[in-house]
Amino acid sequence: MDIQETQRLLSEYLQELANLFHRVPGSAIFLRYVRSSYQNDPIRSAVELFLFLFAVRYLLAPKYSTKPGVVQLSEDEIDDLVDEWTPEPLVGKPTPLEEMEVEKRPVIAGPVGPKSKLSNGRTVMNLGSYNFYNFNTNESIKEKAIQTLRNYGVGPCGPRGFYGTQDVHMKTEADVASYLGTASCIMYSQAFSTISSVIPAFSKRGDIIVADRGVNFAIRKGIQISRSIVRWYDHNDMEDLERVLAKITKEQARKPLTRRFIITEGLFESYGDMSDLPKIIELKLKYKFRLILDESWSFGVLGRTGRGITEHQNVDAAEVDMIVGSLAGPLVAGGGFCAGSEEIVHHQRISAAAYTFSAALPALLSTTASATINILQNSPETISHLRDLTKAMWAQLDPRSDWVRCTSALENPILILVLKPEVVAAKRLSPEDQQFVLQDVVDECLANGVLITRLKCLDDNFEPKQKVPAALKVCVTIGLTKKEIEKSGTIIRHAITKVLSRRK
Amino acid sequence: MPRRLSSTSPVNDSLNPSSPSSPGKSGIAVKAPSKTNRLTQFFSTSPRAKVEPQTARAALQTASGANPPISSASLSLPTISLSTATADKSDMNEPPTTLFQPPSPEEARRLAKQHAQFGPIGHPSHRYTSRHPGGPFPEPVMDEPPYYYLITTYISYLILIAFGHVRDFFGKRFREENYRHLKPRNGYAALNSDFDNFYVRRLKLRINDCFERPVTGVPGRNITLIDRATDDHNKNFYLTGTTTDTLNLSSYNYLGFAQSEGPCADITEECIRKYGITPVSTRAEVGTQDLHVELEELVATFVDKQSSMVFSMGFGTNANVFPALVGKGDLLISDELNHASIRFGARLSGASIAMFKHNDMHDLEAKLREAISQGQPRTHRPWKKILVVVEGLYSMEGSMCNLPGLIALKKRYKFYLFVDEAHSVGAIGPRGRGVCDYFGIDTKEVDILMGTLTKSFGANGGYIAADKVMIDKLKATNSGMYYGESTSPAVIAQIISALRLIKGELIPGQGEERLQRLAFNSRYLRLGLKRLGFIVYGHDDSPIIPVLLFNPAKMPAFSHEMLKRKISVVIVGYPATPLVSSRARFCVSAAHTKEDLDRILTACDEIGNILQLKFSTGVAGGGTPMNEDMAPPPEKEIQWQQKRNLRIVPPRWRIEDVIRRGVQDVKSPLY
Repeated sequence: MDIQETQRLLSEYLQELANLFHRVPGSAIFLRYVRSSYQNDPIRSAVELFLFLFAVRYLLAPKYSTKPGVVQLSEDEIDDLVDEWTPEPLVGKPTPLEEMEVEKRPVIAGPVGPKSKLSNGRTVMNLGSYNFYNFNTNESIKEKAIQTLRNYGVGPCGPRGFYGTQDVHMKTEADVASYLGTASCIMYSQAFSTISSVIPAFSKRGDIIVADRGVNFAIRKGIQISRSIVRWYDHNDMEDLERVLAKITKEQARKPLTRRFIITEGLFESYGDMSDLPKIIELKLKYKFRLILDESWSFGVLGRTGRGITEHQNVDAAEVDMIVGSLAGPLVAGGGFCAGSEEIVHHQRISAAAYTFSAALPALLSTTASATINILQNSPETISHLRDLTKAMWAQLDPRSDWVRCTSALENPILILVLKPEVVAAKRLSPEDQQFVLQDVVDECLANGVLITRLKCLDDNFEPKQKVPAALKVCVTIGLTKKEIEKSGTIIRHAITKVLSRRK
Repeated sequence: MPRRLSSTSPVNDSLNPSSPSSPGKSGIAVKAPSKTNRLTQFFSTSPRAKVEPQTARAALQTASGANPPISSASLSLPTISLSTATADKSDMNEPPTTLFQPPSPEEARRLAKQHAQFGPIGHPSHRYTSRHPGGPFPEPVMDEPPYYYLITTYISYLILIAFGHVRDFFGKRFREENYRHLKPRNGYAALNSDFDNFYVRRLKLRINDCFERPVTGVPGRNITLIDRATDDHNKNFYLTGTTTDTLNLSSYNYLGFAQSEGPCADITEECIRKYGITPVSTRAEVGTQDLHVELEELVATFVDKQSSMVFSMGFGTNANVFPALVGKGDLLISDELNHASIRFGARLSGASIAMFKHNDMHDLEAKLREAISQGQPRTHRPWKKILVVVEGLYSMEGSMCNLPGLIALKKRYKFYLFVDEAHSVGAIGPRGRGVCDYFGIDTKEVDILMGTLTKSFGANGGYIAADKVMIDKLKATNSGMYYGESTSPAVIAQIISALRLIKGELIPGQGEERLQRLAFNSRYLRLGLKRLGFIVYGHDDSPIIPVLLFNPAKMPAFSHEMLKRKISVVIVGYPATPLVSSRARFCVSAAHTKEDLDRILTACDEIGNILQLKFSTGVAGGGTPMNEDMAPPPEKEIQWQQKRNLRIVPPRWRIEDVIRRGVQDVKSPLY
């Protein structure tokens, strides 16, 4: 075998390869392309070849995990780790405060009324329930509920979107909307779950929320789940609100426009005080924010006919973008609602989690809400009577006690009583101590035939943490006479004095 | 009008009276009778022919004597056995018997109302006990339609989207006022973005008339729709002032407790008179009544846990419990198809969240091994604890969780198990206690059982059941206790009476009848649909039956066609399901009678032919039996056929045959 033979074989082989290549469809184009580009610009061909080779290498390269810090372990090692791992218990042991909290919850045997029987057999004056107008023992409302039961059964057995929308729901929604004076209204099946679904239905990641530092737990959960940017302003401090709004407007001036919301409450759950709605409306219009107002505690309470803070402070309800309220409180029904424009309500029907994914409200609760709204609308004297009693109770507690003061607004039938700061300082009471002391007060009141409760607050995992002061909660009801209210006020005052002076 | 079919065989449906389904309370007792019955089937030329009408009737009378039926009507109609013996021949609209004078008009009206809420059982053989037959839990077989349907589905969506964009393009130029709310206005950003709104505006709007249909009255066996119409292509509806009574396949009324009369309603009425409407407070403050304590004890014993707590909303129960269970440094592993409320709660909890493929135990195990061996991301500290969250019965798929598989993994990997029994409690298991009952697994194996009281019990709310120490702590840390309104006495009365009925404390036998009828109805309808050739998802004992439609335009078409036949169904599409697998979802109830189910099957058969919905390839069961005498169980059909190397033939039964063989095959002990 000489060199010529080899050459010949090689050229034959090459010839065959070339033939094969020419037979591939499109090869002529490729050749023409290479030839022309090589003639014009040899470097370009080289770069192209390099890119081609790089692409081949990239595609053939072994895959690697994008998760950083994954330690490669063998199956045996994993088995060992699995054997070794001991989880913490699912729920820990209750703290003394938690134990006390659960143990001391009163159990009412029988109906909830102005005078309720406890499970220990004693009948006490009930100043713990939100039964302000004593609708719960109203026979005509009961009759109406029974009528509904006999026509609709109890549960609607389905979410609103799938055959759970009953005519009674549509009626109650219309009733609430016309009562408030908004275009439309949507009903949820639990008051507590309402606002925590309303907020994330509108405010998404990247949107801006400005909220009062004192807002209630449900609002905080709604803000947390919305993942929006939150700025807090000091509780009920309108100057601070303006400062925050101005700052945001300045910061965001060059950025694309996002949705912006102010969230606050009408009557605050944790403090009982009232917000300054006209001022907030003014600021919201000035800085172009939307307002989400939680009226859970003011709906059915404030205003001449109980329409809430908008009526009380003479604000057009349509100025507030979303009014969220509860039908479960003084209206003795159940569920919550959000009232606003057609557009706002319609959007929630598709995108609010607690609406779309939850069963509808039982029909009999819905008709009860309609009935109680009707009563309130037609008898403003009921509401003014409640205010008189609230004043009477207030007079027994706030000005006359050395130990506590009432942070609630004068019109609020829920009196929130906190220990005076000087008392806390003098007795060196930690927040936990205060809870125990106040529980002693509650027990003392109960021993004297008056049922009140502490303000129950839960810590959450959402930063910044909210520190709600320990407080007593006294709820006035028109089911008791003025005399009884005054008497129970005295009992509460004496109980506070007795417990606190006992404590060194 | 539903088509009624006369069958040729003189005696139908009657089962061999020697093998009644034994609703025994002891574990899995299916094996022994299954063998004997299999043998009788082998050696008889036709098991139905052997049954003499006389014996059947005698068995019937003894059976109906032993268990007083739910509707009083059946008691006063002793001839009902005759009518059922010819159930398939009789016209639906005719009175059930001719040996009997029709009741007085008011009595007839009363009965009609009662039966609209809960149909009387047609025949004592229409019962079955829902229980895991033993052996490994079968992986659900997912059937797929021919590619033609998948491709047309994608093309349909493409056309819809393209049309949507074209309409938007012109709309934004010529009808600006319709788009104003999607654009920034006077310095306010749009409330919902143009992009997010596209689906609602251009896709959902087209089928809006199938959603939020207003109803009135009791959502029982029948549901009364309030008719509505639209002049502006579903943007706004107005009520026409008329109503339509339809057969209700849409409500989660599994045990038929949605009733406005009967023992539950009576007890509820009494309770409202005594207790008023609500407790007007939260549980933590002064909203706990003796009723709540009683209910919590009752729920705990019902699900066989030490303690429980009850909330006024099912969604809220899940949304609030997770922050009390897990937090930072904990891992929550969730099934990818878990309900929105679980996701809501999980997001609030602050725990890390991982997902595993739906019901896939291998994937879960891989996730667990990775989680435990790698620890927390970046720090590699071990997880404080791992909580696996699954649902008992998945509401869109109809599939059941693989509880035996989960328990086996739990023993090895020491995670905590949370089972959401929103749909399964009351609906499955021989005693209606949910998935644990179904599989015969001790509830102590599951750490936390959650469930809703909305569905099977016809009330509202949810519960959490666990060991006493856990509940005691959770009562102090769960926000639902602190801020959620306390459950209304009326609702509690409904739940308590329903629970008592199921347990047999009130009117013994009635709860059992409801449970067994639900189990029978679920299997009967599912088997029928499979045999007709529909692709049906889910587990065979599940009362949720999704029928796959695929093409988006078939969703409204199916809903409208069903409505024309006076049947109300739920249709679900993207985004609640994957893009391609749009479906109609049937929720079976104990209140349905076999005649109702036959009506549904007949309707489905017709609509299936019109809309070309019979795609099934036969891999998921429903095939033609080898011969007339031996019906292989649908679940084991594949093994049967594989063993015999038979070609899987797409099942396309005639509706007459489906109805003729349904009762017999559904209860086949081999099943």
